[in-house]
Amino acid sequence: MSLLLRYREAILALIIALMVTGISLYAPPFGTLSNGVGVLNDTAFLFMMALAQMIVILTRGIDLSVAANLALTGMLTGMFNMVFPDLPALIYVALALAIGGGLGLINGSLIAFLRIPPIVVTLGTLAIFRGTIVVVDGGSQVNTSDMSSTFAGFPKLELFGLSSVFWIAAIVAVLAWFFLGQTRSGRGLYAVGGNPVAARYCGISLPYQQMLAYGISGAVAGMSGYLWVARYGVAYVEIASGYELTVIAACVIGGVSIGGGVGTVAGTLLGALFIGVIVNALPVMQVSPFWQMAISGAVILAAVIINARAEGRALKLILPEARRAAAQAKR
Amino acid sequence: MITDELAAVTTPQPVLSLSHVSKSFPGVRALHDVSFALYPGQVTALIGENGAGKSTIVKILTGIYVPDEGEIVAVGKVQHFASPRDSWAAGIAAIHQETVMFDELSVAENIFMGHMPGGRFIDWRETKSRARELLSRIEADFDADAPLKTLSVAQKHMVEITRALSHDASVIIMDEPTAALSRHEIDELFRIVAQLKAEGRSIIFISHKFDEIFRLSDRWVCLRDGEKVGEGLTSDVTEPDLVRLMVGRPIDQVFPKRDIPIGKTVLEVNGLTNATEFADISFSLRKGEILGLYGLVGAGRSEAMQCLFGMSQPTRGSVTMEGVTLSIREPIDAIHAGISYVPEDRQDQGAFLPLGIRENITMASLAGHVRNFLLSPSSERAATRALGGRLSVKAAHWEQALGELSGGNQQKVVIAKWLATKPKIIILDEPTKGIDVGSKAAVHDFIGELAEEGLAVILVSSELPEIMGLSDRVIVMHEGRIAAQFERGKGTGAAAWSAEAIVAAATGGPVQEHAA
Repeated sequence: MSLLLRYREAILALIIALMVTGISLYAPPFGTLSNGVGVLNDTAFLFMMALAQMIVILTRGIDLSVAANLALTGMLTGMFNMVFPDLPALIYVALALAIGGGLGLINGSLIAFLRIPPIVVTLGTLAIFRGTIVVVDGGSQVNTSDMSSTFAGFPKLELFGLSSVFWIAAIVAVLAWFFLGQTRSGRGLYAVGGNPVAARYCGISLPYQQMLAYGISGAVAGMSGYLWVARYGVAYVEIASGYELTVIAACVIGGVSIGGGVGTVAGTLLGALFIGVIVNALPVMQVSPFWQMAISGAVILAAVIINARAEGRALKLILPEARRAAAQAKR
Repeated sequence: MITDELAAVTTPQPVLSLSHVSKSFPGVRALHDVSFALYPGQVTALIGENGAGKSTIVKILTGIYVPDEGEIVAVGKVQHFASPRDSWAAGIAAIHQETVMFDELSVAENIFMGHMPGGRFIDWRETKSRARELLSRIEADFDADAPLKTLSVAQKHMVEITRALSHDASVIIMDEPTAALSRHEIDELFRIVAQLKAEGRSIIFISHKFDEIFRLSDRWVCLRDGEKVGEGLTSDVTEPDLVRLMVGRPIDQVFPKRDIPIGKTVLEVNGLTNATEFADISFSLRKGEILGLYGLVGAGRSEAMQCLFGMSQPTRGSVTMEGVTLSIREPIDAIHAGISYVPEDRQDQGAFLPLGIRENITMASLAGHVRNFLLSPSSERAATRALGGRLSVKAAHWEQALGELSGGNQQKVVIAKWLATKPKIIILDEPTKGIDVGSKAAVHDFIGELAEEGLAVILVSSELPEIMGLSDRVIVMHEGRIAAQFERGKGTGAAAWSAEAIVAAATGGPVQEHAA
């Protein structure tokens, strides 16, 4: 088990590879390149939202409002498009980032300054964001026919067969890797989650780190909102309902500790890919839709149990020979 | 009823006795060949410095530690306590320094936690009526239904005493029960102790306050370095006798003090005060100087130092560093000014266990590793190698998670983190607490080295030999205020550089008026 902890990411990748091989043998169409590209495109939203969620979870927080934020920002961007139809797509992206980020900062302020527990704050804003959608659109929906071509066309652009949403997720991943590994603020996220008291002694500000984490989480959710609405050609109150749980599951499978301070970009991406493969495989394997949710839930639970067991078994390296062995393994 | 005279002549049957008890931990001899007995209806004061072995005795009697050698005899037979439950069964109950109870539950539930009346189902009626009966026996002024969190510290102590009574304990251990109590509450506690005595129970009373020891106890047992150095009737001794026994040795010989030239003043603290923890803390600190801050646990030393570091806000007072008045609102301000604070609980307040050694060491000095807005891993690695090597951190490699290191190495990493900020002043809060004798000497050497390098060191410690061995000057705090100041090798009488005078000042003895 300690081996599993050390090479968690490699093992997760191996499990995914075995899964893909097994499913392809059972249902050959699954193993084709075009299907692989399809899985990546389908999982693109999960990739970036899981990364954003990881940033929040690192601080010992949780953001349950991401799917509601996605839906609200998607709706607002769609309505903006109806008023200003022919702007360049990047304007819509920027707008979605700004709206989503703003909503995230509301979460951040309530958590950082009013000291309300994150689960309570984001559960509340989840309901408020969803409710606001009904208020702003009066209960109707925005359809493909309402969308301009620049707006609706952007997420469907492709490069090497992969959609622009996938490439945006890739950019988010690179930025996240850079931010977490190479900047003071990124290091601070691990610090406040790893040991809040020690972080305070080190002069790291918890409110700042929290505002940052929830702001990023909101911005990514908002951007995903625009891309989602444009890609699927519809914005209404129920889109991405319950998606926050899939996002959190991806993080947990990827080895992000709910206790804070532990998580990597690679692990989270693999966790998201794991879910993406299962969700796409079940229909190919002609599993009844009634069973699909239960099966993917059970698999996720199994992955989480294995992870949790791995976490509980970490032993210290006190014996000199154990230290030498670890040093060898490092080389 | 036999008379006192007779009791002294005929040997009464002890309720509990320890004979030749020893206990060692790797590298530390906590207790060596300790024997004493407790008698019914008597209060026995257990005295000794911090680290003398008092808590080890408490832990052995309450079944938390198993002694390596020796035996405990209670209720007429040799006892082997494998768990606290066995110790209860033998009629021993402890009332702890900081009460360990369930804040959200009621008083009755707290009293009977672990042995609720009833079988498979709790008999609530019985639980409450028995709780009320026990509370009325000690004349408690609160109800069995009251949630524990609504009670004062003193009332919580009463709940613990009631819990001991609910086991019908014949031996009750009180570990510094008065530390957080007001004068009036202490009187109340003493009234209850007198009542417990009258009921024939035997009490172990641990306190640093001599006035309480003399007021309450019938007998005393003194420990030093894990050995019993004396015992007797309280009426036969004086306070100076006990202090001499506790301290026991010429301290200056144990720690060779380095001769370090003392430079100009770097820090001046004037009248630092906050609402409830400390008042009028004024002192100055010079380059190369080691300033000892001594006092009993709970005297407000750590609180004052944390305030100086920006962890809390003073209501009054000023801090001047090299002539510039500082405004310290957060620890980051103190770090920028060149002040480092190594907290007492290094694991909980200093270590980032999931992160690597490198991340831990650079955490408080990240600004120094930024090149073009990004962290420079090579610069971080260089600092880690330098400091990790200097403190001889034993690890497989520098990226290893801190949680995988042994406790001693984790502590070294935490200290390295604070040295990495290149401070001018370093505050060390109980730097040798919980570490073995060998490492202690290494830490002491290291403190000397820091001073030699020109740092100004504030050493907060409850260990008198350490304080007297290392410090150039000692400030003694008592109940949130500076009680006295001592200068190495200077002063006479009550203000003399002597263990007796320092301990007396810390315990609020009569010395403080003369010294102030």
